[in-house]
Amino acid sequence: MNVFRFSRKTLGIPYALFLLLFVVAPLIVLFYYAFTNGQGQFTIANFTGFFSDPNTLGTLCYSFAIALVTTLVCLMIAYPTAYILAKSNLKKKSVLVMLFIMPMWINFSLRITALKEILTLIEGNLAYYPFVNAVCGMTYDFLPFMILPLYNTISKLDDSLIEAAKDLGANERAAFFKITLPLSVPGIISGVSMVFLPAMTNYVVLDMLYNSTYIMGSLIGSYFAAYNWHGGSMIALILLAIICAFTLLTRGMEDDDQTIGGALL
Amino acid sequence: MIKKFSTLFIVLVLVFMYAPILILMAYSFTSATTIGAIRGFSLHNYVTLFTTPDLRNMIFGTVLLALVSATLATILGTMGAIGAFYSSRKVDSFISTMNQIPVVNADVVTGFSICILLVVVFGVSKDTFIPLVVGHVTLCAPFVYLSVVPKLKQMDPSIYEAALDLGATPPVALRKIVIPQIASGIVSGFALAVTLSLDDYFVATYTKPATFDTISTYVVNATKGAQTTIKTALWALSTVIFVVVILVVAVANLRADREEERAGA
Amino acid sequence: MAVGKEKIIELKNITKTYDNGFTAVSDFNLYVKRGEFITFLGPSGCGKTTTLRMIAGFELPSSGTILLDGKNIADLPPYERPINTVFQRYALFPHMNIYENIAFGLRQKKMPEDVISKKVKKVLDLVDLEGFEKRSVSTLSGGQQQRIAIARALVNEPEILLLDEPLGALDLKMRKEMQLELKEMHRNLGITFIYVTHDQEEALTMSDTIVVMSEGRIQQIGTPEDIYNEPKNAFVADFIGESNIFNGIMTGKLRARFCGGEFACVDDIEEGTLITAVVRPEDVIITAPEDGTIRGHVTSVIFKGIHYEITVESGKSEMLVQSVRSQKVGDYVGMKVDPDNIHIMIAEDHTNYFAADINAEHRLEYNNKVLDTSVTKIIPGSKRDASGNIIDSRGDVIDPTKTKIMIAIQPQDIQMTDQVDEGLVDGHISNLIYKGDHYSYVIHTDIEQDFIVDDEYLWNMGDHVGLIMPIEKMSFSLKK
Repeated sequence: MNVFRFSRKTLGIPYALFLLLFVVAPLIVLFYYAFTNGQGQFTIANFTGFFSDPNTLGTLCYSFAIALVTTLVCLMIAYPTAYILAKSNLKKKSVLVMLFIMPMWINFSLRITALKEILTLIEGNLAYYPFVNAVCGMTYDFLPFMILPLYNTISKLDDSLIEAAKDLGANERAAFFKITLPLSVPGIISGVSMVFLPAMTNYVVLDMLYNSTYIMGSLIGSYFAAYNWHGGSMIALILLAIICAFTLLTRGMEDDDQTIGGALL
Repeated sequence: MIKKFSTLFIVLVLVFMYAPILILMAYSFTSATTIGAIRGFSLHNYVTLFTTPDLRNMIFGTVLLALVSATLATILGTMGAIGAFYSSRKVDSFISTMNQIPVVNADVVTGFSICILLVVVFGVSKDTFIPLVVGHVTLCAPFVYLSVVPKLKQMDPSIYEAALDLGATPPVALRKIVIPQIASGIVSGFALAVTLSLDDYFVATYTKPATFDTISTYVVNATKGAQTTIKTALWALSTVIFVVVILVVAVANLRADREEERAGA
Repeated sequence: MAVGKEKIIELKNITKTYDNGFTAVSDFNLYVKRGEFITFLGPSGCGKTTTLRMIAGFELPSSGTILLDGKNIADLPPYERPINTVFQRYALFPHMNIYENIAFGLRQKKMPEDVISKKVKKVLDLVDLEGFEKRSVSTLSGGQQQRIAIARALVNEPEILLLDEPLGALDLKMRKEMQLELKEMHRNLGITFIYVTHDQEEALTMSDTIVVMSEGRIQQIGTPEDIYNEPKNAFVADFIGESNIFNGIMTGKLRARFCGGEFACVDDIEEGTLITAVVRPEDVIITAPEDGTIRGHVTSVIFKGIHYEITVESGKSEMLVQSVRSQKVGDYVGMKVDPDNIHIMIAEDHTNYFAADINAEHRLEYNNKVLDTSVTKIIPGSKRDASGNIIDSRGDVIDPTKTKIMIAIQPQDIQMTDQVDEGLVDGHISNLIYKGDHYSYVIHTDIEQDFIVDDEYLWNMGDHVGLIMPIEKMSFSLKK
């Protein structure tokens, strides 16, 4: 008898092994490095060092500030955009939606280059408004990632729910705040998760716009440049903890088919 | 009134998203070195772009890397999706959870952790390109997985059984029945993998050979330098990419339209 | 509560035309009395739901007025109308529990919480779902969601309750139960119900009044009995219950000719008038051949539980009969109908309808003559597959032996000729009427099908003529 009988299940083995080897194993290594020193001895110095150094704590705060403001600005622009797009009854709506998605496919570094030229023209010297420039660059980079999940969620909303609300006495305003907005929460969460974390780590945007303040991503970059694997691992671990916290907080509030990233498809 | 306001809002957002790209595009056809200066028409940026060996190699290398890693990611991700879909619920959710890690993780962390595992722990040389390709496959495969799974869910489960009933062996049934049914998911997964690889900066930075550059890493380094010929040649590159993206989108849209028409007739 | 005398709502000259030029409802006039259970009945796309949505306020009429207690509400938004709707797919708010769903309307009116909770409890009692307050929408079955949707509307004590195919998503048994419950609720609450359905049985069971609609127009308004027994036109007769419908002509006082025979009837219509005759299958009596008004061979017998459904082919016409006694396929039988049970309407249009077969070459055939047209052009969405079969738009193979094509042609499009062989069919002129600028002829053919032909020249009674029918003047439809 043939020992290895073909089964559809066995097709999953290579990918499962790949994920174990290149996704799970690196995280374990990361964990190990974060809690050891150069001699391979166990230590929590990296951990305590991060939380006792005013510089690194300042970096954490600055990252949060940039990420928070970027996320809010994106939301303020993206929600009305997505809402207007979803509710419009244009014949060529798909083309219009495509226009908002298309920048995603142009290399981000080239787009930031373009933005940099414009900002330089407007401000004269980029050094005057480093924070504004950073938020502007991040918003420019991540806006489509906020619009897309919001648009998907809002356009899937059943119109009869809004009609039912009006039928039961809710005016336009009440129907929006009691029905449309609560029901678009899954889209908001998807969008926020696609903007907030990258905004904490994408230090290249800051670099290119001549903002020399560190964010969390820059710390990893500088440890990497200094061959300090242990310090870098600790920063990576802290970022992972933030991601886990966010995922746990929002669990169950997202659509089934619109998990983070799924909205991209 | 509301309608006018909506239109105005949409137009303003579009201006924000496209003005930098379009202005850069216009200036790429002049001999100006900064935006705002008025100079005559010139194609020298395009000449530089296509004749400088450095630039040519970088573009060629980026595209080749994207195609190779997207192909590998598509094969692995598709097999993984099929395998997980037909496995027990436990195995399915185990693979899906692992798959979700690179999706939600910050690219900086993904790149850094793979670098530590392969380069620091296993001592694989970056010059072998192995860390870079592994990194990009890790980045892209989860998205292929995510775009194939919904197609498997939509598929009528009895068609595979019907094929077996009619005498097809499992591998034949898979190749002739299942794969064609999920082809659209595989194709869009591949397309997404290509764009993710083309757009990546962080994974490449941490895993690439020192002498090799992708478009992103090249552009980021170039903006730090003061070489204006390279800087303006990148304007031309941005224009070329923009035009390619528009063409691809237009062709895809036209084909979708035509298919819809055919289905409707 | 009995139906009151006063009109609660009145629709006057309502027309709804969409931006794309499609007219969903035209010149709709109707009044509804307080406490009435009125049903809009019609096939999908007949405008019944659009009318309901205009009453609810989701759509504004292009022209016309809607009077509620004498006041025009046509331009009022839905939230300012004392009217509530039960939606087709319930439209329960998924992010709220049952209590919050039902309380939604009351909260909009800023009622105090203790009043709200009392009212919610009371209305949950009414729909037999006591204690469901804290449940979430997704844990309910379809039938339960339906009850909640009704409760959510009723709790606002609307003057009119609109129900848009509310039972469409339920299975048959559940639907029957809910029909009785809704009827019961209507009786107890005394609220006016406006109900939309395409299910004629549902309409007949539940309503005080039925409004039959087709293509945006009212075809007939009446009690269920009126609609069933005295349909105003062929559409209503066909849509309500099963019917045999024939084109025919009055041949004398209280005598009508149709289905290849001459029947006594009770409708006094002038001789020579073209008519449509309706006979319900349960009213046809099968007799010995010599006792029947018409005769024919039994072509199919289907057992339906309480009765047999028997098809008898008499000449080219088919008669559907419901009988408690079975017959054998192939038997030669007679049929008669009590004059009371023949419903005669003056024909509105004189279109000739006849059924053609599809032959082995996938060509249309009538009277053993082939019509030069392709079947794929006639059946919308159909095409030929690789093995030469014809596939319909859903991908099912069309069996030519089981499919017939109905051909319709107008009287003025048929030409009469002396060369009888040139025509698609030939027959003798059995009737002629002068219509001012032309004559209207009835040609009785040997295959028991009567054709109506308009011609400006005078022919004689009894003339043997061939009928030429140009294919480009025909319109086709698939007959199941």
